[in-house]
Amino acid sequence: MSDRRIAVGNTGNGFAYEEPLIFERSRPGRVGHSVPEPDVPRIDPGSVLPAEALRDDIPGLPEVSEVDVVRHFTRLSTWNAAVDLGLYPLGSCTMKYNPKLNERAARLPGFAAAHPMQPIALQQGFLQLCHELERQLAEISGMDRVTLQPAAGAQGEFAGLMMIRAYHEQRGEKRHRVLVPDSAHGTNPASATLNGYEVQTVPSGDDGVLHPEAVAAAMGDDVAGLMITNPNTLGLFEEHIARICEIVHAGGGLVYGDGANLNALLGRTRPGDHGIDAMHINLHKTFSTPHGGGGPGAGPVGVKNILAPYLPTPVVRELSGDEGEGFTLDYDFPHSIGRLHASHGNVGMFVRAWTYIRTLGPEGLRRCAEMAVLNANYLLARLRSAYHVPFDRPVMHECVLSDKLLHGTGVTTHDLAKRLIDYGYHPPTVYFPLIVPGAIMIEPTESESLEGLDHFAEAMLAINEEARENPELVRSAPHHTRRSRLDETRAARQTVLRWQPEPRG
Amino acid sequence: MLDTIGVGSLDALFASIPEKYRLTQALDLAGAVSEQELISELSALSGRNANLESHAWFLGAGVYPHFVPSAVDALVSRSEFTTAYTPYQPEISQGTLQAIFEWQTMICGLTGCEVANASMYDGASATAEAVLMAMRATRRDRVVAAGTLHPHTREVLGTYLSGLRAEIVDAPRAETGRTAPLAEFVDDSTACVILQQPNFLGAIEDVRAAAAAAAAHGALLVVTVNEALSLALLAPPGENGADIVCGEAQSFGVPMSLGGPHLGFLATRRKLVRQLPGRLVGETVDVEGRPGYVLTLATREQHIRRERATSNICTNQGLCLLMATVYLALLGPRGLRQLAELNLSKAQYAKARVRETPGLSLPFDAPSFNEFVIGVPDSGAAALERAREAGIVGGLDLAGLAETPEPSVLVCTTELASRDAIDTLVSALGDRT
Repeated sequence: MSDRRIAVGNTGNGFAYEEPLIFERSRPGRVGHSVPEPDVPRIDPGSVLPAEALRDDIPGLPEVSEVDVVRHFTRLSTWNAAVDLGLYPLGSCTMKYNPKLNERAARLPGFAAAHPMQPIALQQGFLQLCHELERQLAEISGMDRVTLQPAAGAQGEFAGLMMIRAYHEQRGEKRHRVLVPDSAHGTNPASATLNGYEVQTVPSGDDGVLHPEAVAAAMGDDVAGLMITNPNTLGLFEEHIARICEIVHAGGGLVYGDGANLNALLGRTRPGDHGIDAMHINLHKTFSTPHGGGGPGAGPVGVKNILAPYLPTPVVRELSGDEGEGFTLDYDFPHSIGRLHASHGNVGMFVRAWTYIRTLGPEGLRRCAEMAVLNANYLLARLRSAYHVPFDRPVMHECVLSDKLLHGTGVTTHDLAKRLIDYGYHPPTVYFPLIVPGAIMIEPTESESLEGLDHFAEAMLAINEEARENPELVRSAPHHTRRSRLDETRAARQTVLRWQPEPRG
Repeated sequence: MLDTIGVGSLDALFASIPEKYRLTQALDLAGAVSEQELISELSALSGRNANLESHAWFLGAGVYPHFVPSAVDALVSRSEFTTAYTPYQPEISQGTLQAIFEWQTMICGLTGCEVANASMYDGASATAEAVLMAMRATRRDRVVAAGTLHPHTREVLGTYLSGLRAEIVDAPRAETGRTAPLAEFVDDSTACVILQQPNFLGAIEDVRAAAAAAAAHGALLVVTVNEALSLALLAPPGENGADIVCGEAQSFGVPMSLGGPHLGFLATRRKLVRQLPGRLVGETVDVEGRPGYVLTLATREQHIRRERATSNICTNQGLCLLMATVYLALLGPRGLRQLAELNLSKAQYAKARVRETPGLSLPFDAPSFNEFVIGVPDSGAAALERAREAGIVGGLDLAGLAETPEPSVLVCTTELASRDAIDTLVSALGDRT
């Protein structure tokens, strides 16, 4: 692209640095790391490997110094919004504060510099931590057993449904449908497809929750199970959950819980007690492991005992009796769904989540849920007069508004989201759940103070006034960012997915 | 706050939970602990795990011990990267988006492919997703797996395909340590052939032969790489006939961390881009014509396509991707090549020592990079126990994992393996007294 010439460094905007691609900083001969001199005879690769197996140059890597690299990525970092900079009310993502202690814990050498296949006797501290985290998560969710292996919530869904599938197959039952409410996350139906299931959408009621009659109407002896998120993506507690589980169970199906919104329930109620048979728990949401710009997360899955034979292997087990003390890994489970991950899963996240649970204890965890719910309801109360509330009732950890009252101003949810950026806020989740046109899904989490919530509410109210008095201001936002309204259509049509050197000459 | 909301108590906010299901007592968990006490407890747990600081290290087998330059963690630890989420709002996510675009470029260069995605959970799931992608692209459901895949990769592949109409055919291994020729296993219903390079036993496979075997029947070749540093030395698979190149990039600055979080990569030909799972970042311009980056081609993904998406994957391994991007920038093409040659030199030295040590053998004669198999006089477990007594995590006992002519261990020698440690390891493995 010819318009890609960016000045390196100061552009007259003070410390708001422009930053080119790292490849454009490249200068022949520069290197940012010194590799040790060999203490063994230096081998010419051509002398031990066949010529056709070797490569010459490595395109696509820059030649830059350590200072170049540090400045490049430090400057890039200043182009990001982050929880540590301010409220990040992305609904269903639980962008709570990530304690620094967790980071220190995960970097201890016995966690960060240890290997998944080292001898069992040399990884007892890790296995103990896994065992304890499994028990903590089981207690919090009301499940009997937990596997930590799934690397993300979506992989947890995949694994949980696979255990449900194995359960039915073991009983000789052929069931090929999975029920998913219309308010579900997109991963739910995608995980069902990956399991070979047909997805049937079940409509939510006019009050935003799923009704037993709707589930009963969709139920049949070819239904493997129902996937349900509770609280749901409207922030509402699925108050008929127990009855719904009974209906699915009576029809021979099992119920999968999407644990994305578990933060609202900590210490107040447990999905396992409602009748959920399997559920994943997003450690990066409820248990404060950082989101990292889109991962890594972790999605442990809790199951009831009926699904225990199908857990992924290996399984951590505490030794007993003649075996002595300590922990081991068991592999011999003939009905297991098998392995999901090359190793044990995203172990660094286990350490952080364990640390978080120990930091808070049972009272602290319950307080998390209470403050998260209080904060969401407070924001709803402050915004109710200005914004349409499609399901106006007390919410749990998040509230969903819409742009319906802005119709006629020309301002949409998209514009509102962009304008919030000018006020220094990461926008909420927008246009989701799909059942609310123009949805604005706000999850403040427990991490925000009253002043922080008030400031956000005032920004939302100010934008509402702007939409009426000066809609163009909102429709052309953001105005205070270094880029504005990037052309996504162009990105998809003229796909440029990597840097390439401009042709010489 | 309760007044503003219009309720009398916090409990009122939880009224939608049926009374029967409200917890009346505290969860059965240990009580809250101070930061200071927790650090002590964590240090004690950490201290019970062998690690790169406590032992000399020769265990790889898919997770490789490499030196991580200080700048990697310093940069990745910046809150603006660590505590951001998926870059859905490009105006305030250009840092993350540009880093992903740089990663995609680097992976294309290393693999010899035209497009790469924004990463997958790990090498095993990346391989499974590559196979699913090949099945979609060819509309075929038979998969030929080389007999030399890492057993965990093979297991994960089986798990991923278990709910779908698919058949996996496993080729055997040849005496050289490479896979048996694959041509006889490929037919017109084969979606893809999967080859690991270097393979589980460290042997360097013939990518061109596998590509020819696949192409003869219109099947795709998937090459999976566990030791990504090998890409600095070996011919890029994408230029030798691989249609999809995937694997694990943990070697590029990501801590071993007991197996995760790591970093799956997935790259392919441009014509297959719409079959790619996961996120992609593309370059574009903003309203004033300034360059910038956005998530693109999202119509492949679950949040748009739901049950018709190319995958259910929702995240990438953002922070691990950043580690690798910083690492690759620091080393550059020359540093990376130099490091790969250092790894090769260490392995060749170790092999030479093995050849001159009574009781030890090299059961496979295929060329290798930084990992290879050593035959030991008694049992892998006993030999590794001798190494451990010398303060060494000596490799992987292959008993039950791969059939070998004699009891064997899989050993890797990275830049962290000193000459002295190699000498000690070789003596310990061979010494039965």
